[in-house]
Amino acid sequence: MPDTLVALYVFVLACFIGYYVIWGVTPSLHTPLVSLTNAISGIIIVGALLVTGLEEASTAAEIMGFFAVLLASINVFGGFLVTNRMLAMFKKKK
Amino acid sequence: MQISANYQALAYLVSAILFIFALKGLTHPATARRGNYYGMAGMALAIIATLVGAEVQSYGLIIAGVAAGAVIGAALAAKVKMTAMPQLVAALHSFVGMAAVLVAIGTYVNRAAAGTLNPVLMTELAVGIVIGAITFSGSVIAFGKLQGIISGKPVVFKGQHLLNAALGLAIVAFGVHFGMTESVVSLALMTLISFVLGFTLIIPIGGADMPVIISMLNSYSGWAAAATGFTLQNNLLIIVGALVGFSGAILSYIMCRAMNRSIINVVFGGFGSDSSAGTSSAAALAVEKGVRSASVEDAIYWMEDAGKVIIIPGYGMAVAQAQHALKEFMDLLIERGVEVKFAIHPVAGRMPGHMNVLLAEADIPYDHVLEMDEINPEFPTADVALVVGANDVTNPAAKTDPSSPIHGMPILDVSKAKQIYVIKRSMNPGYAGVDNLLYYQDNCALIFGDAKAVCEGLASALKGGGH
Repeated sequence: MPDTLVALYVFVLACFIGYYVIWGVTPSLHTPLVSLTNAISGIIIVGALLVTGLEEASTAAEIMGFFAVLLASINVFGGFLVTNRMLAMFKKKK
Repeated sequence: MQISANYQALAYLVSAILFIFALKGLTHPATARRGNYYGMAGMALAIIATLVGAEVQSYGLIIAGVAAGAVIGAALAAKVKMTAMPQLVAALHSFVGMAAVLVAIGTYVNRAAAGTLNPVLMTELAVGIVIGAITFSGSVIAFGKLQGIISGKPVVFKGQHLLNAALGLAIVAFGVHFGMTESVVSLALMTLISFVLGFTLIIPIGGADMPVIISMLNSYSGWAAAATGFTLQNNLLIIVGALVGFSGAILSYIMCRAMNRSIINVVFGGFGSDSSAGTSSAAALAVEKGVRSASVEDAIYWMEDAGKVIIIPGYGMAVAQAQHALKEFMDLLIERGVEVKFAIHPVAGRMPGHMNVLLAEADIPYDHVLEMDEINPEFPTADVALVVGANDVTNPAAKTDPSSPIHGMPILDVSKAKQIYVIKRSMNPGYAGVDNLLYYQDNCALIFGDAKAVCEGLASALKGGGH
């Protein structure tokens, strides 16, 4: 099976997981859901690292990679930390 | 230290599982924080596995980028006001979009230099760039509207759909040309037009539709990450992209359903521009009857010995920063043995679940805060319903008046409570520009004033009261 087809399999199956997991999220946590997905979509940093870290990367590629790393890191740190800050506010009746 | 590609792939698999558990944690507030830590662990693992892999050889720029991003991200997360969460989220969406564009173009540059381009790769690159660019400029517009830099009013002009269709076709044409010829000019034009399309797609959408737009751009940012995953043959990116993409898509669906509108209608509608919100005969009749106004003392008289009070907060509460005063009032009522609950409509606030966060910030326990479907059966047993800064979501016309523009929209059944008080600044209609029939009911009275001042007044009247 060609690589792209394997990727398609993974993609479609992940869509199903997403569908079922997300419907389980309680509506009261929809804002933290959005900020958490902000954080984990920062996974694009993996792509940014591969572009920047390539030994033979040209200067142009390095500069683009650097900014991609920067933006994705803001997502990762900002997303997880603000989600944590919000979730800490959700308290049960004492 | 360096790990083989196989170990790296295994690490990515563990990371993907951690992300799924992270989302799964949000099933309940009690497990949500643990879920967030799973997410952090998954991210740390993915980054480390990438850095120690064979492909990453130079670290200087990477360390600089991560360090700067960490400082900026941490500062944003610590400082952002909860009312401004939608702006932060929009900004973060735009970053994912831009990162996707940069990664795709950077990959193109690297692969072109190595001479390893192929048609499949270039197609995937093009798709990644287009989605990323639309996500970026669309999110920038959404941010501008939320922040008040750009007017929140829908900007509609003639030939809008035609223009968007033409831009879409041009993107496809340049994309195909790029795929066939590796033309850098076509790549550049395709990228540029994609940025423009993101702008023209979001600019017509009004402020009241922000919950849908935020969810939609959330979805786009996921698909952008997935497309990057295809480009790099990286399954982790594909999985995460699909999870995020579906999360945004489902939220968009929930928001649209709560407004009784289709996603097509939101995207192409320009809601709020519809000034033809004509008053029907039923509404005209009700308006003729006029509204009753009440004082804080009147309201306290009904509430101090009530069995059950349901509070309906809307975005007006957040704008007036009335949530802390409301919390104090709630505590005083509970002390007197009154059962107090909060009723939340899915589109209350500027993003999905926004109102819940604002109430949580004011220390209102989440078990007092109920969603529309849970609370609606309770309204007939409520002695008092107190509406604070909500409007359209309480309008019974959505059920009773087929000629109303909001007819069919699911609403909170506030009208069924025994006695209704509405805190309101003035008689201005809500976002939809529709008159609220609730105000003209015999058992409804309006308390005019700033939501915060009135809530503080209610609390102090109850404290000093002792009737």
